[in-house]
Amino acid sequence: MAYILLRHRDIENLHKLDVYREHGGYEALQKAIDEYTPAEVIDIVKASQLRGRGGAGFPTGLKWSFIPKGPGEKYITINSDESEMGTFKDRELLEYNPHQVIEGALIAAYAVGAPQIYNYMRGEFMDIGYHFEEAILECYAAGLLGENILGSDFSCDMSAYYGAGAYICGEETALLNSLMGELGQPWAKPPFPAIEGLYFKPTVVNNTETLANVPPIITNGAEWYTSMGTEKSKGPKIVCLSGHINKPGNYEIVMGMTFRELLFSGEYGGGIPNGKEFKGLLPSGGSGPVITADALDAPISYEGLDVYGSVMGSASVVVMDETVDMVWAAMKMEHFFKHESCGKCTPCREGTYWMDQLLHRIYEGEGTLQDLDVLKSVANRIGGRTLCALGDFAINPVLGTVRHFSNEYEAKIKK
Amino acid sequence: MNDDLVKLTIDGIEVDVPKGTLVVDAAKKIHVDIPVFCYHPKLEPVGMCRMCLVEIGLPMRDRGTGELLLDDDGSPKLNFGRGLQTGCTVRVSEGMVVRTTTEPVKEVREDVISFLLSSHPLDCPICDKGGECPLQNLTMEYGPGVSQMDYSLKMHNEKQVPLGDLIYLDRERCIQCARCIRFQEEIVDDPVIQFHNRGRALEIVTMSEPGFDSYWSGNTTDICPVGALTSSDFRFGARPWELTPVPSLSPHSPAGANIVMSTRREAKSGGRSVIKRIVPRQNEWVNEIWISDRDRFVHHFADAPDRLQKPLIRKNGELTEVSWDEALDLVAEKLQAHSTAVAGLSGDRLSNEDLYAFQHLFRRGLGSNNLDLANRRLAGGDVTAQVGLASGSNLQDLGAGDAILVVASDLHEEEPIWWLRVKQASERGATLVVLNLRPTRLDKYADYVFRYAPGEAIVTVRQLVNAAKVETDTAVDQLTAAADTLIKANNLVAFYGYEGLTYTETDTLAKLLANLLLLKNEDKAHAGQINSGLIPVWPHNNSQGAWDMGIHPALAAGYQPVEASGMDAATIYEAVHNGGLKALYVMGADPVGDGRMPNRGQLDFLVVQELFLTETAKLADVVLPAQSWAEREGTFTSGERRVQRYYQAISPLGECRPDWQIAAQIGERLDMGKPAFAASLLFRDLAKVVPQYKGMDYRSLAKVAEQWPLVGGDDVYYGGTSYKNEAGLGQQWAAAAETDEVGLFEVADGDTAVTTNLPLVRIAALYTPGTLINHTPMLADRLAAPTLHLYADDAQIIGLQDGGETVIQVNGRSLSVQVCVNGHAPAGLALLSGVPWFPGMAEFEIL
Repeated sequence: MAYILLRHRDIENLHKLDVYREHGGYEALQKAIDEYTPAEVIDIVKASQLRGRGGAGFPTGLKWSFIPKGPGEKYITINSDESEMGTFKDRELLEYNPHQVIEGALIAAYAVGAPQIYNYMRGEFMDIGYHFEEAILECYAAGLLGENILGSDFSCDMSAYYGAGAYICGEETALLNSLMGELGQPWAKPPFPAIEGLYFKPTVVNNTETLANVPPIITNGAEWYTSMGTEKSKGPKIVCLSGHINKPGNYEIVMGMTFRELLFSGEYGGGIPNGKEFKGLLPSGGSGPVITADALDAPISYEGLDVYGSVMGSASVVVMDETVDMVWAAMKMEHFFKHESCGKCTPCREGTYWMDQLLHRIYEGEGTLQDLDVLKSVANRIGGRTLCALGDFAINPVLGTVRHFSNEYEAKIKK
Repeated sequence: MNDDLVKLTIDGIEVDVPKGTLVVDAAKKIHVDIPVFCYHPKLEPVGMCRMCLVEIGLPMRDRGTGELLLDDDGSPKLNFGRGLQTGCTVRVSEGMVVRTTTEPVKEVREDVISFLLSSHPLDCPICDKGGECPLQNLTMEYGPGVSQMDYSLKMHNEKQVPLGDLIYLDRERCIQCARCIRFQEEIVDDPVIQFHNRGRALEIVTMSEPGFDSYWSGNTTDICPVGALTSSDFRFGARPWELTPVPSLSPHSPAGANIVMSTRREAKSGGRSVIKRIVPRQNEWVNEIWISDRDRFVHHFADAPDRLQKPLIRKNGELTEVSWDEALDLVAEKLQAHSTAVAGLSGDRLSNEDLYAFQHLFRRGLGSNNLDLANRRLAGGDVTAQVGLASGSNLQDLGAGDAILVVASDLHEEEPIWWLRVKQASERGATLVVLNLRPTRLDKYADYVFRYAPGEAIVTVRQLVNAAKVETDTAVDQLTAAADTLIKANNLVAFYGYEGLTYTETDTLAKLLANLLLLKNEDKAHAGQINSGLIPVWPHNNSQGAWDMGIHPALAAGYQPVEASGMDAATIYEAVHNGGLKALYVMGADPVGDGRMPNRGQLDFLVVQELFLTETAKLADVVLPAQSWAEREGTFTSGERRVQRYYQAISPLGECRPDWQIAAQIGERLDMGKPAFAASLLFRDLAKVVPQYKGMDYRSLAKVAEQWPLVGGDDVYYGGTSYKNEAGLGQQWAAAAETDEVGLFEVADGDTAVTTNLPLVRIAALYTPGTLINHTPMLADRLAAPTLHLYADDAQIIGLQDGGETVIQVNGRSLSVQVCVNGHAPAGLALLSGVPWFPGMAEFEIL
């Protein structure tokens, strides 16, 4: 199957504007401007059933439709803060196929009437970001950004922005605060960014990969797009495969493929190295609960893991073989969340710190049965009560491993 | 049904509240407590602490028809969403149902408390906040009772971090609610503290140099819901439950800031009760729940070791301690002997009772009208009596459609409370017009800023007033546009001050502004209308009272003209010099120290009544020790003409007596009869004489009404530790225009001629040295040093550089000054701060 997102793997130098245009680049933008009104573009994206690829899976067309109509200050913000453990898909797009992201963002800007696009990249993407900025400059030189894009009435600017390296800035309101030069902390919604976002103006925040899906949808139509995938998860998805796997890397799949195929097919992961047994995998980095062998035949889709109590999220699949100590794994992940909690709301700030302390104690053999109870209880007391979703993610390392591997915890409890 | 009201049900109780009310506030109104830490009714909600999570249900509607969906029992079907919601961020809506006592709500409160305590130190026994701590109170009320936290897992942090020299941070106690940060940003626009880092390492840091550089820093200690922020004044000073709260007024604030003095009897003070701290007292008509740092920390002068404690008489050239009788007899004898050549000068920080008794002694006892304020700076008390801010007004009510005019004043330095309230009115949409010689901190919020050249204040204001007289549809320039806005505003408040003006000029200014207020737009003038009128930016807390009480050579108490005017202050100083006066009685003022009177001239007799041995007192024949305001009760009248009471906080020092009593005891020796037994009785007497105060007495001044937001008592978690006002909101006296027709004022022509090409103007600074503040050691580092501000080109011409020091000669005195060339001074004008006031514009030369 030909790539839809990772097209650079088939076409050399796709990051260059002329090469991108030789292969149909910016024709989708041209088509959107020439053939559709902004409202029609939103309708097409709605009909394609494209959902956010950052992990939450919110319908993209619906998000765009929340933006108030008519002229005015509005913003498109590309969320390239990619910071989830084991996630490395957006960076590949930004580095090797930047124009597809820019084109998608421009179509979004056209659809909602936004005169300005920002690409918010995590600070560590500095080098990739410089390449991306070159792509922006190419667009300006070619009349694809700035005044009267492609000779139309549509004008739009774009600039790149680098965060200082904070996981929380992947949360849309924290991202917007950071973009405004404020401390990277989320705000309590409402107000939602679609009404009061960047500089208190209507703002769309879309994941990088999400926007890369937009040009092919406009080119080929919604029907083409919905022909791929499962009932609730349409289209292609980049899966980041890492951990104990023979062939780690990004894979573009059509949603609905099973985890088993992803891990063991020669075309994809190629199995577990060194003949070890599969123990579990994290389907969405640290923020989704671990799944075990019984879930391997579940489809990779937004809804596929519902019955297994987990989520696909950003599809950052981290594979763990039989040698992995699950308490150690939980401790490492919890340390990450403790480190990345912004500290704004009480349960997350205090709870992640507390869980991190308890996990260290248990891992080091100093924990008691009571510590284990407190650990579970702390996790349960954070869930559903925090200001943003980070708190809900932060409890999954504990709840997931306790659920499937409680024996490993008990084995470490001080006798 | 009122469209602006929304009906909702909280814990089964139906309540109607205005649209836009937050759920926590709606609950508060019916005394249902939703506990909060980060929320504060004066700040924008942020929903951070999660303590206020409650169940909120909304009536469900049919998507097609919009009809309410009903349960089987006929009640509306409710949708409670997926989880609990923060009551501090959700606004009420029709039919909403809130549940605050259910199991999930109880659980989450217990859990949030557990989380907060998991990293909060257990040092309540030594914490200043212990006893009035929201975290402590809410833990007792809603906490789990048992800790699951292993103490060894607690994180430890720095406990003594000075954010500035007034405010300390205990990083361990901080619960990251951001109230302090938000106060500094949203309320007072001094965003000098911020969060740094993240997660459990999130901490408050100061971004200014010097640290926590704000006139309002102390307020953060009141609203801090834990003991994280403490003041260097009160830190480890006392336990809150040992303190006696005494309602009082700021001894500096012309807006009449309400305070509470917390006192405690202390062994180290010989069993005397001493003032341990000052906190705000709620008065939503005056200072809401905020006070400036000057008003909070200045009280130390009352307990200063160098306070005068015994009467002194000069014997053989030395001031010698004597008995009261000896001193009073001598004063009475000398004043009577010189009664044809006697004069009285008073300060304007003293109470109405003091000032009334003083003028009564002169007018009735000595038959003299030679009476004035030692430092009279601002005229127009008589004009204000006609067209002042109408009684019943509240600057808080000004907003869109209203206008505020500020002329010749730097409110931020002169009265921060007024600065704050004008700023907030502007933020609510009121049009703000500022006319000054130079940029001030109010300009940022102004819709129109006009700078007049030195000497052109009056001509500029006259242009503005004249422009307002002309009906216009198309404004030709900014001044015309501003005038049009002012005259068409629903309400118009005009503040005027004295920066760079002489006393006569301020009189003209007051009358011009009065005429603006009297101008009719569609048959309606602003004067006399509620939330409109004139406010003089008085230099002291009771300058208004001095006018009301008749400390004036031509106006007796109650603005009654005298038959033959006496000498005003300038004439008195002249007469002291040339022998026209033989005896001078100075009460609560230091004309020598302030440079108004070089020496005692040809006086035969000088009596000074003071707290300290001032420069004037050092030259006196008799020095009478007065009680500070903290040692007795009395009343002050604010610039908004609100008469307010303050109460006795500490026992009198040494043999000090109240100023009014001293004056009356001198009068007793002049056959004026027995002094009143108490300030309250004297007030009753003066209220009979001063028509404006008719009907007022200490009981009526002590009346209170419920104020919003609710603060004080058990509600410390909600409003902070500012005190609920249980001692009186005061009474505003009515300006004449409220009831009578007031005619336009005659305004003399003529504007000031500028005699020098680089005139010097004295500008205000909050911490300008003065008798009270000089005796407050904790503000010593903040005292404004004499500073000469110059425009860059002017500095270059006269050869001075930024940061340099020089000596200048001004008004016959030489003065060491720092030179500041940072853009504050406009071209062609030199500014001098940190020095006692002098009138108008002066010449100066570099020595």
